[in-house]
Amino acid sequence: MSKTFSGQDTWAETLYQTLRSMDTTLFSYVPDAGHGAIINRAIEDADVTTVPLATEEEGVSLLAGAHLGGIRGVLLMQSSGVGNCINMLSLTNIGRFPLVSIVSMRGDYGEQNPWQFPMGQGTQPCLEAMGTICTRVDNADDVAGATQAAVNMAYRSDQSVALLLSQKLIGAKPF
Amino acid sequence: MAITELKTKQSNLFTLDRCTAVPSIIGDSSEFLIIAGLSGTAKDIGHLTEESPNAFLLGGAMGAAVTMALGLALSQTDRKVLAVFGDGECLMNSSSLSTVGFVQPNNLSLLCVDNGTYGETGNQLTHTANNADLEIIANGSGIEKTMTVTSEADYEAASNLLRDQTAPTFVLLSVHQGDPPNYRRNFDAVERKTIFRRHLLS
Repeated sequence: MSKTFSGQDTWAETLYQTLRSMDTTLFSYVPDAGHGAIINRAIEDADVTTVPLATEEEGVSLLAGAHLGGIRGVLLMQSSGVGNCINMLSLTNIGRFPLVSIVSMRGDYGEQNPWQFPMGQGTQPCLEAMGTICTRVDNADDVAGATQAAVNMAYRSDQSVALLLSQKLIGAKPF
Repeated sequence: MAITELKTKQSNLFTLDRCTAVPSIIGDSSEFLIIAGLSGTAKDIGHLTEESPNAFLLGGAMGAAVTMALGLALSQTDRKVLAVFGDGECLMNSSSLSTVGFVQPNNLSLLCVDNGTYGETGNQLTHTANNADLEIIANGSGIEKTMTVTSEADYEAASNLLRDQTAPTFVLLSVHQGDPPNYRRNFDAVERKTIFRRHLLS
């Protein structure tokens, strides 16, 4: 059964459908408004397992274990959660475990909460320092292609790949 | 076990030898897919299994064992998955117990080898040496089937609990500060990952 989103959430449905069409069946997340539509979509999908995490680093090791067992997953988190993942990415890096992270950015284009800037601006350097390849997505038209590329890089080439969904795409939260 | 009972058990802790207790409780390791935490438990499991293809030993990424085992359990629902890890690792990422408690996988068992110290770095005390009780924490995280092993008389019940098919389980094994088995494990994670997957999936 297909359900579509209205308005700005159209890209979220595109992202979800692309992940599902490429055999992603394990969705792990720490909730974020930027991922709300995708999380709800996953919870409604009878063919998908959802795992809410207490901290984002749990998702890094969860998906490494899922790969040992032969299924594909995704980690949905806000940019501040990237900071919680840094040492756990040692596992991904040294074991060349595939990892697809979908990061909704804060502390980015148009941010109105100053507390979001340190980790928001540090997100991409931290990920890259730990060996994760980052692709920034600014436009809804790029979502399908970037998602497909990330899944292929991860699961065909054993790479850790993060899509950084910018605030140009998801909008800046008003304060 | 009620929390009041759990709080009275402290005097019996930290007496068993891990080198005999861990093999006794796990029994036939081929019944499980095993994730072992870094340091001492990697040696426990490396020595016990001789690094058979059903075992993956962490060498870093402290705190990974429980959720890595959860991911494996969710992907291999017909197999029993066992995570074996130390008290230091469990304390570092104790929130992962509540993630297991939320998901309630019936094919995942957790064995925490608790010696109250960080053995790898010079036996500095962990929080379990004082007031923290990881069985209570696991219980309070939603893992209802738990027990603490403080004597050889508990081994059979612990072995059975690790093989429970109805709910996630947590066994806290209290051991003294003696060393784990002297075992030189393979640190090549890519090789071990490939062996594990080839054996399990092909």
